[in-house]
Amino acid sequence: MASPITLSALNLTRFHGGRSVVTDVSLELHRGEVLGLLGHNGAGKSTTLQMLAGALTPSSGRVEVCDFDIARKPALAKACLGFLPEHPPIYKDMRVDDYLTFAAKLHHVLPAQLTDYLNLAKQRCGLSDCGKKLIGTLSKGYQQRVGIAQAIIHQPPVVILDEPTVGLDPTQIRDIRELIRELGNSSSVILSTHLLHEVENICDRAVILQQGKVIFNDTTNELRRHSDIESSFIRLTAMPAEGATT
Amino acid sequence: MIRTLAKKELHTLFVAPSTWWMLALLQFIFAWFYLARMDDYLQVQAQLAQMDSAPGATISIAAPLASVLAIVLMMLIPLFTMRLIAEERRNQTWILLSTAPISATDIVLGKYFGLLAMLSIIIAACAVMVSSLALGTHADFGLIAGNILGVWLLAASYAALGLFFSSLTRQPVVAAFGALAVSFGLWMLEMSSGAVRVLAPTVHFQNLNVGLISTADLIYFALFIVGFLLLTIERVRRERGEV
Repeated sequence: MASPITLSALNLTRFHGGRSVVTDVSLELHRGEVLGLLGHNGAGKSTTLQMLAGALTPSSGRVEVCDFDIARKPALAKACLGFLPEHPPIYKDMRVDDYLTFAAKLHHVLPAQLTDYLNLAKQRCGLSDCGKKLIGTLSKGYQQRVGIAQAIIHQPPVVILDEPTVGLDPTQIRDIRELIRELGNSSSVILSTHLLHEVENICDRAVILQQGKVIFNDTTNELRRHSDIESSFIRLTAMPAEGATT
Repeated sequence: MIRTLAKKELHTLFVAPSTWWMLALLQFIFAWFYLARMDDYLQVQAQLAQMDSAPGATISIAAPLASVLAIVLMMLIPLFTMRLIAEERRNQTWILLSTAPISATDIVLGKYFGLLAMLSIIIAACAVMVSSLALGTHADFGLIAGNILGVWLLAASYAALGLFFSSLTRQPVVAAFGALAVSFGLWMLEMSSGAVRVLAPTVHFQNLNVGLISTADLIYFALFIVGFLLLTIERVRRERGEV
């Protein structure tokens, strides 16, 4: 691979109440790559992404972002990350502009660049007219867009999006997909979804999780090679994960 | 970074209608007590005038008022501190802070100073009210300042204690009750007779209440505040998996 690795996870495992939710997940993300994380409900997608973003500590294994270990050098590693969790972390009593400015400051955006970054993020997420509105009064789709804007406002090299298109209408979904493609040119994006054609359209590579284990990790072309992507997915997930059954 | 967080915290407090209600209610209670104490004082003033070294207006009115404010704040502060961390966890906004490239110290101190700014406003409003004594008599501003300092240190201590409880749970109510229970427990220690009395913040407030500023009390408050802040920082650090 020519392009450098921006995010790598090594043998991530997370236990929850004595049961492992994510087992031995390793993955790598290169610059300018869009990676799709697929899997059924409860396959461990969100848990994996939270560990990658440093929101959750892995029981074992480690994460490196831009060559910084997230447990040892959290400030440096997290400065390279933008994260949209499953529930957008928005303060409903704040105005969109105030909130995004706060998020930018948290990520050490310089005061001189604040306005430019704010305007760019709003324009990218279609929020240009909503700057003065209270987040609590926005619809679910707009709140989701504020969540995405929060993740990209500081223009991080790695963007992690947990189900970015949930709650959006078809036009918005198309816009967000274009945005993700655009982000994929300059930074690396990892997103989770259960919409297969989303992966087909925008992702260069796909990782499929099944019961917390990686059962597929290759290019989307490979996933498409034998048959269409949907039947490949069903075929793969129908097979029991290795070692998961007796 | 601490300033950014503190400003945001202050903003959040002041856009909530409940904060304004609490401020208004507090001013009302305080004014009520102030007038009641004033009334009492005016009634016994004639007898006091015949005594040799009669207590002045400041010690008869301002000092008891400061004690009342101290108790009200003890019960009120857990309601503010529960929002700082526990409620952010429940609203799932905590993740924004925990994935940001800032240290646990920044988060904890930012939230602490934000709340402290707001408590200072409450205390300053009361200080202004008490200073109105000067309109009618010779107020002892030294004693008033001692009392205000005492109340402020007490408030800062309860805020640090409450913040620690807020960091332990994701249930705001649990955080508030925990902090309140410990504050009450410490207050009860004041009634006991043994050496454990020195552990109670209110015991150290009593000296300031009569206008005595002693280094030992100041050190006690400093240790109390710094101790709980350090515990909170450590708790947040561990949660974020920092080594």
